Amino acid sequence: MSTASVDSPVPPPPVLRAQALTRTYGKGDTAFRALRGVDVAVARGESVAIVGRSGSGKSTLMHLLALLDRPSSGRVEVHGTDASTLSGRELNRVRNAEFGFVFQQFFLTAGQTVFENVSLPLVIAGVAPKERRRRTLEALDSLGLADKAGNRANDLSGGQKQRVVVARALVGEPSVIFADEPTGNLDSATGAQVEDILFGLRRDRGITLVVVTHDHELAARCDRSVTIADGLVVAGRSAEVAA
Amino acid sequence: MRAADVVRSATRNAFRSKLRTTLTVLSLFVGAFTLTLTTALGAGVNDYVERQVATVSTGDILLVSPAATVDSGDGPAEYDPDGRQQGGAAGPLGAGTLLNQDDIDAVAAIDGVSRVEAVSQLTIDWIAASGDDGDTRFELTVNPTSSIGRSDLVAGAQLDQDASRFEVVLPEDYVGALGFDDAEDAIGRTVTLGYADAERVNRQVEATIVGIARASLFASGAGANAALVDEVSTAQAVPGQARAWSLAVATIEGSGADGAVTADDIAAVKDALTGADLAGQTVEDQLGVVQTVINGIIGVLSAFAAIALLAASFGIVNTLLMSVQERTREIGLMKAMGMSNGRVFGLFSLEAVVIGLLGAALGALAAIGAGTAIAAGASQTLLADLPGLQILLFEPATVVTVILVIMGIAFLSGVLPARRAARQDPIESLRYE
Repeated sequence: MSTASVDSPVPPPPVLRAQALTRTYGKGDTAFRALRGVDVAVARGESVAIVGRSGSGKSTLMHLLALLDRPSSGRVEVHGTDASTLSGRELNRVRNAEFGFVFQQFFLTAGQTVFENVSLPLVIAGVAPKERRRRTLEALDSLGLADKAGNRANDLSGGQKQRVVVARALVGEPSVIFADEPTGNLDSATGAQVEDILFGLRRDRGITLVVVTHDHELAARCDRSVTIADGLVVAGRSAEVAA
Repeated sequence: MRAADVVRSATRNAFRSKLRTTLTVLSLFVGAFTLTLTTALGAGVNDYVERQVATVSTGDILLVSPAATVDSGDGPAEYDPDGRQQGGAAGPLGAGTLLNQDDIDAVAAIDGVSRVEAVSQLTIDWIAASGDDGDTRFELTVNPTSSIGRSDLVAGAQLDQDASRFEVVLPEDYVGALGFDDAEDAIGRTVTLGYADAERVNRQVEATIVGIARASLFASGAGANAALVDEVSTAQAVPGQARAWSLAVATIEGSGADGAVTADDIAAVKDALTGADLAGQTVEDQLGVVQTVINGIIGVLSAFAAIALLAASFGIVNTLLMSVQERTREIGLMKAMGMSNGRVFGLFSLEAVVIGLLGAALGALAAIGAGTAIAAGASQTLLADLPGLQILLFEPATVVTVILVIMGIAFLSGVLPARRAARQDPIESLRYE
């Protein structure tokens, strides 16, 4: 697997592109402008860190890029398609098939088994049970969790839980994984493990990574970082391609 | 999401909080149990009444009596020598006023009436087995409408109204009293009936037993065919006095296929009767009053069940609201992962339906179990005098309907929580602590 070639004659459209994004919460005097005109483009296979302090608007930007929210103005393109032209059904399909999500708080269903948690995106997509089983076990296997398939999600350690979450993000074979503070709830050793796994996915499968974090070390491992402050992009950094 | 997965998830979710679900199911259980029992009670009693109706009606007859006149004038009514006679007392089947020959002729003249027969009251003093001249004479009441109806037979056949020989159908308890081995043995045997004619002279007549009837609500006493009734009533008519009857029976000619009597036929004849200052009622009309009363009682009982179900439906709303609240983040996650609002709605409303199905099915099963035991016990004791009455009749269709109705109520109760779940904003839900 390789990242998009720089010198290909017609460069493919970026996986994600945001143009003049604004997002305002509330109305009138109490209106809060979380984003005030943000332009970002994420190329295929790239890893981009969105950094900023809390309240800077970085989570809002991620939600807009992940099509979980609609911008007040501006547009978001996915593979060159304007998201505002997509129907609710198509939006759901894009989120289900193209995106994977990793959250700081895991969001595992405590009473269900690891297998059930990981297979959730496939269940939502309506994949046949047999195929579902194969792909779920494959995803678990690739994260070294094959023997935990039958365990209850609640009985796992934090690191194991986050690996389950990564398996769940991966199982639908997405082109982009959004990770919101993926290591925020983990100690540094397990956090590093999870980071290795995420960057390994980018390297081995060409999955685009969008990481929201205020961890500078994690941001530094990404190809690029976009710093948000007060709803605007204040600085971009193009790092050397991650090892 | 596949429909099968939605069903499976909803079922599993219903059992995630076992105690809460159990309590909600219990409240539905009470409603389902009550509703199943009351509907079974209604079905049982109505079925009994309907079978009793069949014993007095062949469906093509109208019972004709004088129209009930409300005297709104002041003072006593003026005497009309050609008017109707007054009976001694109002009978259950007729008003106090009696029909006269003019009335009978008027009925016979109505289009669509093929035959009219005045119902004569006959008084039989005693009955004895033929050839037994001893003391074993028993009192016997002859049901005046037996010549028009059918009996709920244990053995033998219905009366043959066209036969020239005298026929009787006897109640079951006369079998042993008259010295017959059993009902079958009595069929075809002759009995002697004793009565007094108009001049108080004792007379006897021989009649053949053609059937043995079960005791019934509306056709008590023995039945006699037209020939026998004619014989006795002629002898008992007071010479010189104009004949008067409390009731006449009009047989209607059917205009439907195969001569079937339609509702229109009946309505037309009824209208004509009203014009002649007469009132016509089918047997169903008369027994409809009984059924209305029964249905009223059943309705009140069912209303209690409905109140229980109403309370239970609030329980479902509450349970599901808690469930939605608890699973806010899970809902947010599923929606983030591309689950449509419709599927989220389906998931939660189906959870309500699962709870409904569980409560309804368990309640109905318990009601059938308990009801069958109670009915068996009651038929031996309390209701022993009403043979053929199955007090609780569990009809599969009704039980299924009750279950479906409760599932429908559960679904409606689930709409509010399910809508709340479906409308949740995934971002808000994921932030929810």
